[in-house]
Amino acid sequence: MLAYLSLAAILFSIGMFGVITRRNVIGIMMSLELMFNAVNINFVAFNKFIVTDGLVGQIFSAFIIVVAAAEAVVGLAIVLLLYRNWQGINSDQVNIMKW
Amino acid sequence: MAGPQVGIVFWIISFVMLISAFMVVSLKNIFHSALFLILCLFSVAGIYVLLQAEFLAAAQVLIYVGAVAILMIFAIMLTNKLASKKIRQSNRNVLVGFFVSVIFCFITLVLLVKTYVSVWSKLKPQAVLPEQNVLVFGKYLMTKFMLPFEVVSILLLAAMIGAIVLARKERS
Repeated sequence: MLAYLSLAAILFSIGMFGVITRRNVIGIMMSLELMFNAVNINFVAFNKFIVTDGLVGQIFSAFIIVVAAAEAVVGLAIVLLLYRNWQGINSDQVNIMKW
Repeated sequence: MAGPQVGIVFWIISFVMLISAFMVVSLKNIFHSALFLILCLFSVAGIYVLLQAEFLAAAQVLIYVGAVAILMIFAIMLTNKLASKKIRQSNRNVLVGFFVSVIFCFITLVLLVKTYVSVWSKLKPQAVLPEQNVLVFGKYLMTKFMLPFEVVSILLLAAMIGAIVLARKERS
């Protein structure tokens, strides 16, 4: 169990590194997917080793998968819109909400 | 599901997963890192199989590899000229980000080991997961988790409509 949780922690850290350092918005979203997957591994591992009631952890991570898919769809639509309006999708060019 | 074979498979899968995850965040070419993302998601599906979550493994392959990664590749190709190698893909705070991630990872691992030693290892192992996982999963989804199931379907509908509205060309 410790091995699974450590794996998830390392995967989450790698995803965090990607989110911090990527310039491309699509790269940031791919790193976000890595972080979602780390969280899912945590849920499933807890569900396997410390079960409270049946398959609750697995159901929760299924919901996480669905929400991540929805997030990816909306995020990529925003990326396409950015590209169409500003011809660039690097996150340091998108600063119109910064004062 | 026990014994040394599972251990060997686990180590192979986690090695592949971590290497490909690192490739995802560090490669210069964003298209290659999308391909490595697919490999990483596949190995996460393998971890699910090891943890007796067969339905989740199938859903992982279908949704993540089949939909989300393909969507990423579509977006990369639509924004193609930015994905070339000439443009720098990482910003100035690579060093800071590296240190933050390493420190975060270290703290998390220390906390995990401490909690494992003090709490989780003392719990007695619970009953094994039911043999027909998918059956139980479906029953849960239709009885106890009925309301979240419906809410999540509405969320998907809203995301679909939102994506269409956002990406539509403005009529002049």
